[in-house]
Amino acid sequence: MAKLKIEDLKKIKEKVLADNALREGDRRVRITVHMGTCGIASGAREVMDALMKEIEEAAVSDVVVTTSGCMGLCSREPLITVEIVGQEPIKYEYMNPNKMRQVFKRHVLEGEVQTPFVLAKGAEDIK
Amino acid sequence: MLELSLHILDIAENSTRAGARHIDISLEEDSIRDLLTISVKDDGFGMSDETIKKALDPFYTTKKVRRVGLGLPMLADAAQRTGGKLTLTSKEGCGTNVTVKFGLSHIDRQPLGNIAGTMVTLIAGNPNVEFVYRHRRDDCEYVLNTCEIKKEIDDIPINHVEILNYIKADIVEGLIEIGAQA
Repeated sequence: MAKLKIEDLKKIKEKVLADNALREGDRRVRITVHMGTCGIASGAREVMDALMKEIEEAAVSDVVVTTSGCMGLCSREPLITVEIVGQEPIKYEYMNPNKMRQVFKRHVLEGEVQTPFVLAKGAEDIK
Repeated sequence: MLELSLHILDIAENSTRAGARHIDISLEEDSIRDLLTISVKDDGFGMSDETIKKALDPFYTTKKVRRVGLGLPMLADAAQRTGGKLTLTSKEGCGTNVTVKFGLSHIDRQPLGNIAGTMVTLIAGNPNVEFVYRHRRDDCEYVLNTCEIKKEIDDIPINHVEILNYIKADIVEGLIEIGAQA
């Protein structure tokens, strides 16, 4: 397979612009994957990977993914925070790619909080 | 941590926390001198000489939420196991440079692992930071520069899933092309 070229990027750009023209509305959900040393060592990158694949498969454009640092609960990593606009943020503990897929499908897309994986409700201060 | 790419992700996350706008990650496989050099350079707020001395101590951290800071010590240890070492240079207000040398063919050297995943995670989490990834194998070099990609895509955010997939594929292809083996 030949190396990717700028032309490919242009094609993607046109496709994305065409897609955006069809949809409207801003971001609805923000998902934060905690990427401190502890999170990374316990598999946060794999969780992130699974999440991005899910977003691609579901073809949703109103979900934003971001990363943050350690919040001091290293033993419960990998942690993620799901913030749906207008609702309290939910933190999930001990994540892995499988749980991530479930949370994405059930909570992010269908709005049903996955209680067995929840660590807490609400936001924290990251220092 | 079992992969060098995870260490790189960790160190680069430090850089973003130091308010860096531009992060240069470079990797050099030198098969003749049997040396693998990784360096992460940022333009964040840097460290004082006092802090540099303490940075490799696992019980030193600037965070208040926990009492250990294992990122740099673990990387230094991974390097020492292969007969290499970690060099930390930093200037307050200018930035920090972490350079790590490994024995390339040493049996204890961790594999590089999923570096494409590392870069995509960094870009997705920090869309406003410019990243340059350079990977050199002897005379062949692969370079990824998010600045150039941003120029091409105009107002599409760089953390759009399609763009991230392009970047991931580009790194994978690029590394095969230069014959990267780490």
